[in-house]
Amino acid sequence: MRFGHKTGSVTEELALVSPSKLSIEKVSKSFRSRAGTVLALDKVSLNVAEAEFVCIVGASGCGKSTLLNIIAGLEKPDSGTVSADGKPVTAPGRERLVMFQEPALFPWLDVLGNVLFPLKLKPNLTKKDRRDVAKYYLELVDLTRFERANIHELSGGMKQRVALARALAPNPRVLLMDEPFAALDALTREQLYGDLQRIWKSRRKTIVFVTHNVREAVCLGDRVLLFSPHPGRVQEEFIIDLPRPRDLNSVELASYASRITHALKSGAQSEAGIAK
Amino acid sequence: MKRFLLAFLFFAILIALWDCAFRAKIWSPVLLPAPQQVAEYLKTTAMDGTLLNATVITMRRLLIGYVIGLIGGLPLGLLTARWKVFHDTIGTLALGLQTLPSVCWVPLALLWFGQTEAAMLFVVVMGTLWSVVIATDTGVRHVPPIYRRAALTMGSKRLHIWLKVILPAALPFIVSGMKQGWAFAWRSLMAAEIFVTILTGFGLGQLLHYGRELSAMDQVMGVMLVIVVIGLLADKILFSPVERFLHRRWGTNP
Repeated sequence: MRFGHKTGSVTEELALVSPSKLSIEKVSKSFRSRAGTVLALDKVSLNVAEAEFVCIVGASGCGKSTLLNIIAGLEKPDSGTVSADGKPVTAPGRERLVMFQEPALFPWLDVLGNVLFPLKLKPNLTKKDRRDVAKYYLELVDLTRFERANIHELSGGMKQRVALARALAPNPRVLLMDEPFAALDALTREQLYGDLQRIWKSRRKTIVFVTHNVREAVCLGDRVLLFSPHPGRVQEEFIIDLPRPRDLNSVELASYASRITHALKSGAQSEAGIAK
Repeated sequence: MKRFLLAFLFFAILIALWDCAFRAKIWSPVLLPAPQQVAEYLKTTAMDGTLLNATVITMRRLLIGYVIGLIGGLPLGLLTARWKVFHDTIGTLALGLQTLPSVCWVPLALLWFGQTEAAMLFVVVMGTLWSVVIATDTGVRHVPPIYRRAALTMGSKRLHIWLKVILPAALPFIVSGMKQGWAFAWRSLMAAEIFVTILTGFGLGQLLHYGRELSAMDQVMGVMLVIVVIGLLADKILFSPVERFLHRRWGTNP
């Protein structure tokens, strides 16, 4: 490693933090629209173990993003509670970092500046410590060469890697990912699956990953939760018992994916049946 | 270099044409002096300090008024963007007053402040303020909400979000508002100086005015030239570098 000169606080800052245990209990949330009140989440309960990688799959509009926002503390549930390590979540905080579908990087800062942003909110670090920490994470996502680049000069995949570095930089216990790779091309996505699994393993984070891509979910998750819409709730749960790193194109992975897709479709059909 | 030469050639031809028109005696030399006469005027007034004096006085009025307009306009714009109450009240007022050509403030300023520096300053402030308020307000409203959400999850809070996220995100809008404010202030100050003689200092507008009184066309055209050059320089020195930086960072086309 290049970081032979690490000062005490940098070592401390880069040390692994214990990943959180999340528990979501009977969370309900409804939205009022012109068409009436829509129940986005109906008494959803789930537990996520420490350092577990959980994927939530479902059709768009099934409330999975809403659930993620509630776990993040960006939205408040109508009823029910979310707690991390036994403490209730009431506001957003850097213990639980969110990665959005758009990279949401700040165009007025360069790549390094973006990764430094959350670190500048940590008062106990010196300027040099912050730079060292930021550079460590840029190296982790393999973007060291681009630290002085402007955001608009990066490709979509590189932007999401900067966003990942920025999310990892304050050393959160939980990563919440809201379809972060949905806007990328297939090749880039596959590469990022590899990166994410590698980083998850080395940095030990609890990850909740929302997606509508079943194969993506199977490739990444220890557990895949199938969400059904109207009202949003957990329809079925699948334990993915495959060794890592996983190959997106392997037969075993495809067979899991087809089972989940089947369940997803039958859920959609039964709902259509009710509607009739 | 090639671009510079081309521009140089263009202006050389323009002056040559002017010279030809003068020699052909199409118009009375009182109305159209020779380029040399204008150059002569600029040279003498530059030597005796008249021009520099007037420029300093004008620029001082402009800069002080402009800075006051900025200092007032930015927070007002943030207020109107943040709270509906302020948007409906101050925002509407700003929108209304921004449509008012700023030279229309001159009569009011004269009655309120008399023939004083304060009257000049007032006109400049009014020219700047409302543009800056409206640009800041628009800029803040155009900041994608996702920036705020991202900052919130990273532990950024109220004031920090405003200073480190919303304000820089709105910068392209704010800078164009500052540019517009500068243009309005500059125009209204010139108008005010031409109309109003203020004994505490003779600005460029006053030089222009006396040129007309004396039917000294070389003076009129010389001062006009100086005003044009100042406008160009302000653009190149004050705004161009900032705009270039913004375009580079945001990846927008200049």
